[in-house]
Amino acid sequence: MNTPGQGRAGDVAIYALGLGDDALVLAQRMGEWIASAPELEEDVALGNIGLDLLGQARALLTYAGSADGRTEDDLAYLRGADEFCNVLLVERPDDGDFAHCVARLLVFSAYQAELYARLASSGDETLSAVAAKAVKEVAYHRDHATQWALRLGDGTEESHRRMQAGLDAVWPYVDELFAADELEPGLPGVAVDPAELREPTVAYVSGVVGRATLAVPDVPAAPGGGRAGRHTDALVSMLAEMQGLARAMPGVTW
Amino acid sequence: MTTRDWPLWEVFVRARRGLSHSHVGSLHAPDAEMAVRNARDVFTRREEGVSIWVVPAAAISASSPDEKDAFFDPAADKVYRHPTFYSVPAGVEHL
Repeated sequence: MNTPGQGRAGDVAIYALGLGDDALVLAQRMGEWIASAPELEEDVALGNIGLDLLGQARALLTYAGSADGRTEDDLAYLRGADEFCNVLLVERPDDGDFAHCVARLLVFSAYQAELYARLASSGDETLSAVAAKAVKEVAYHRDHATQWALRLGDGTEESHRRMQAGLDAVWPYVDELFAADELEPGLPGVAVDPAELREPTVAYVSGVVGRATLAVPDVPAAPGGGRAGRHTDALVSMLAEMQGLARAMPGVTW
Repeated sequence: MTTRDWPLWEVFVRARRGLSHSHVGSLHAPDAEMAVRNARDVFTRREEGVSIWVVPAAAISASSPDEKDAFFDPAADKVYRHPTFYSVPAGVEHL
């Protein structure tokens, strides 16, 4: 593994940190479904997806931390919410509503599939290796979310209403995925321009939404800023739980 | 969400090419497509297979444990049902 350092290489570390935080925070959200999903089989499916994301997060955070001597655990457990660089879509709570979980996973995995497909040919060998492995994982996540969106959207009156409500709830956070990244222009051939992911991601999601007899929401975008450390209270309370043990007992292993 | 209605599916996994599908267990799923996906998550997390079949458990007709004696015991003492009365030519290795 090569090591990102200062300057341009430091920017690679920050870029990896953003992608790693996306995966870490969504992994934790998926984990919250274990023992709470509609069926045992779905507990396993969502848990698997969360573990795939956690694996991506570990590789990306390890790489990001190698720039300044921090471990993946330092980055996961010892940063405050304002030091996290994830997009806001992944931190919003599902409030125990499975349709919200499906809606978020549909959008985010469609985005990740496009992102990793391009990042797999990055000039940075670590990022390209992580992406090449992850692209197959997120293809499955996207399929899983697609299957559920179709069944809930084109299911009963209640499942249709709730799936639409789930889409409406996550849609304000879609724009941030494609917002200009201030690092990306300085990392040609290494980072992926988020703007070029919008068309294929939205095309995929819209296709599923249409087949599911749902409507693409027409709602204003929420303020972004996650990459710059501006987060919602939802992330603060999530981190309190995720980091509680590591902070109470420094150096503990479990 | 009502979950009581998900039917039961029997899952068969082929461990590698050339082997038959073997029964590995059962699970609940709303339909066949989701059953295949659930089977992937429940039974092939550690690369246990290259192919999955799912069958509605209700579609399987099984012999009854109560009829075990009538079904199976009569075979026990009929040695002529086994190919043991042929002389094997010398030099035949794979028989």
